[in-house]
Amino acid sequence: MQDNNILLSVRNLSKSYAAHKAVDDISFDIERGSIFGLLGPNGAGKSTLLRMITGIFYPDSGSITLDGQPFEGLKNTAMIGYMPEERGLYKKMKVGEHILYLAQLKGLNKDEAIKRARYWIERLEMGSWWNKKVEDLSKGMSQKLQFVATVIHEPKLLILDEPFSGLDPVNAEVIKNEIFRLAKEGTTIIFSTHRMEQVEEICDKIVLINLGHKLLDGSVYQIKQDYKEHIFNLHLSQPAQTVPADITVLDRKENTLRFQLPAERSANDVLLHYIQQQNNILAFQEHLPSLNEIFIRLVGNTPTARPFDSN
Amino acid sequence: MKTGIIIKREYLTRVKKRSFIITTLLLPLLFIGFSALTTYLTVKSSSAKTVKIVDDSRHFVNKIKSTKNIAFEFSLSPLDSLKNQLKAGEFDALVYVPAFDIQQKQTVNIFSNEQLGIEVENELSDQMNDQLRNERLQTAGINQQQYEAASRSTLTFENKVGQEEKKSNSAIASGISTVSGFLLYFFMLLYGMSVMRSVMEEKTNRIAEIIISSVKPFQLMMGKIVGVALVGLTQVLIWVVFLGVIFIGFGSMMTGKIDAQQATQIAQAAQGSGKAEMMQMISTTLGGINWFSIAGWFIFYFLGGYFLYAALFAAVGSLVNEDQQDAQQFTTIITLPIIFSFILMTAVIKDPNSGMAVFGSIFPLTSPIVMMARIPFGVPTWQLLASAACLVLGFIGTTAMAGKIYRTGILMYGKKVTFKEVGKWIFRKG
Repeated sequence: MQDNNILLSVRNLSKSYAAHKAVDDISFDIERGSIFGLLGPNGAGKSTLLRMITGIFYPDSGSITLDGQPFEGLKNTAMIGYMPEERGLYKKMKVGEHILYLAQLKGLNKDEAIKRARYWIERLEMGSWWNKKVEDLSKGMSQKLQFVATVIHEPKLLILDEPFSGLDPVNAEVIKNEIFRLAKEGTTIIFSTHRMEQVEEICDKIVLINLGHKLLDGSVYQIKQDYKEHIFNLHLSQPAQTVPADITVLDRKENTLRFQLPAERSANDVLLHYIQQQNNILAFQEHLPSLNEIFIRLVGNTPTARPFDSN
Repeated sequence: MKTGIIIKREYLTRVKKRSFIITTLLLPLLFIGFSALTTYLTVKSSSAKTVKIVDDSRHFVNKIKSTKNIAFEFSLSPLDSLKNQLKAGEFDALVYVPAFDIQQKQTVNIFSNEQLGIEVENELSDQMNDQLRNERLQTAGINQQQYEAASRSTLTFENKVGQEEKKSNSAIASGISTVSGFLLYFFMLLYGMSVMRSVMEEKTNRIAEIIISSVKPFQLMMGKIVGVALVGLTQVLIWVVFLGVIFIGFGSMMTGKIDAQQATQIAQAAQGSGKAEMMQMISTTLGGINWFSIAGWFIFYFLGGYFLYAALFAAVGSLVNEDQQDAQQFTTIITLPIIFSFILMTAVIKDPNSGMAVFGSIFPLTSPIVMMARIPFGVPTWQLLASAACLVLGFIGTTAMAGKIYRTGILMYGKKVTFKEVGKWIFRKG
């Protein structure tokens, strides 16, 4: 069944190297114009998965559907922009020359490539670097160069594998803004990383994999809801003297209180308890688990995760 | 076409490099410089020498002519005082001819402070032996003309090879074989290794993965191999043109400047004490050789051999990780057949039609060098065709195999690769 909202659909994808099963029966969908996070620790199979999506590797089994059509490897290369984790460039080539070369390999003709290259170089403030050799660039500069080469042909699907690794905060911010802008303009983006905190900021939906298996799949918000443990942070005007009967105190510092509520109880009861004591509520918020916490919980094999509905 | 873009880049990056320009221009210049220097030194007036002769035999007085470089003077002074003068450096050499029977052998002493070159001795030998011969002839009653008529070499030899009785000259043929062998050996290794190094660079600095997200790995590999082939052809072409221009220019310069005496000197210097006739024969045979045919086959075997080995070099480059030892081992394995064919070439020159020569000239790993060595001696057409066909199949085969190895090896880091695994890649689809 074809859903026009879905740009990329992956079904039962598997791939093994020799004896090692790198990707084991993974399926997910990615909506157009969304920023999709592919998460997992190192060695989880992310790179292998991405290489199948870009056509570099062929799956042992399963299927990939891109823009409603069965995926055809390098025939679709113009639709895809891929920035691998390991940044590689020809050291002795000049910046401008290098971008043109990669752009032409993606199918742009020379004039168009020059025009767009100049646009991007100006945009990312690399204007004076056109004739510099790649080996003379700083790390941040060469990452930006790589980014330009990845987006210059206006791909529908942009795949970024650890795009921020090794970047200083300023350049990371630049790239992040570009990612947001591209998504707003309709580019679908797959963002692969093992840094969970970046994901919460950027991604709409995620898939979490480990050891070749899919562990989680859904929007960031939904997953947090599914894994929440009813933990709350309370900030009072005075230190809490008492604590309501069946809550578990997790941390108490000066005027703050972190506690866990049993499922049937409402947080309002706790607020009432302190209001009645004339203790002012300064701040109150549910603590949703970070993706990092969820991930550790899952990968650490603790049984505290609640089974969730995959809807 | 995308492979074309890759070829263009591979070609331009190498051709623009300073090292390319330097070696391409430098080698012929060195070659020219060397030849010019040798010729110049021969032709240039060596320092004039004065040689005094004491002739007690009275056969040679006033009969020995001085040359451009050597002044012969006869002296009646006593030998000892002359020897003292010689020691004092007043002249360069002292020749003493005792009285002797001209029908018997006789040794003549040349006294000098330093070892003279061969020039003086040769000159004396020629002139004095001629003189004695004339006297002996006169005594025997034969005049000069009768003698010359009798002693002419009237027989010359011509090689007529094969059914068509083609003219050939074995010395020249060996020369061409050796030169082609050297050139092919040199080029196949040089350009093959350039391909390998480039593959290794792309693997270690990780650019390979980016390229193969846009093109098939096979396209990258072939683009590189073809690009380097074009670099090689460019280099050869430049050399040929360069050398051609120089030879023509040099040749006309030479014929203008030198006279008969210098020409003979060059001939002698080049050949030892060879005869001018040999030089004559060489130039006629050189003119008679089918240069186009040889050049054509050279290009064919250069390209065929290069493509065959370049594919193997590319495959090796893709397998290597940080471990330099791996690279060494694999490279040695590949270069062994090339070195072997070079050794085989020397045997082939001695016997171009032995069983080993025929086999070596058809077997694709050795055929470029071995067949090129056989061609100047003439090769039956069916063998040429068989060899060409095998070479073409050979490089198609190695390219296909290399493609499969390259495709997987280029992304494989860290793990040490075994031959068994490589074998699986060759036979696994996709």
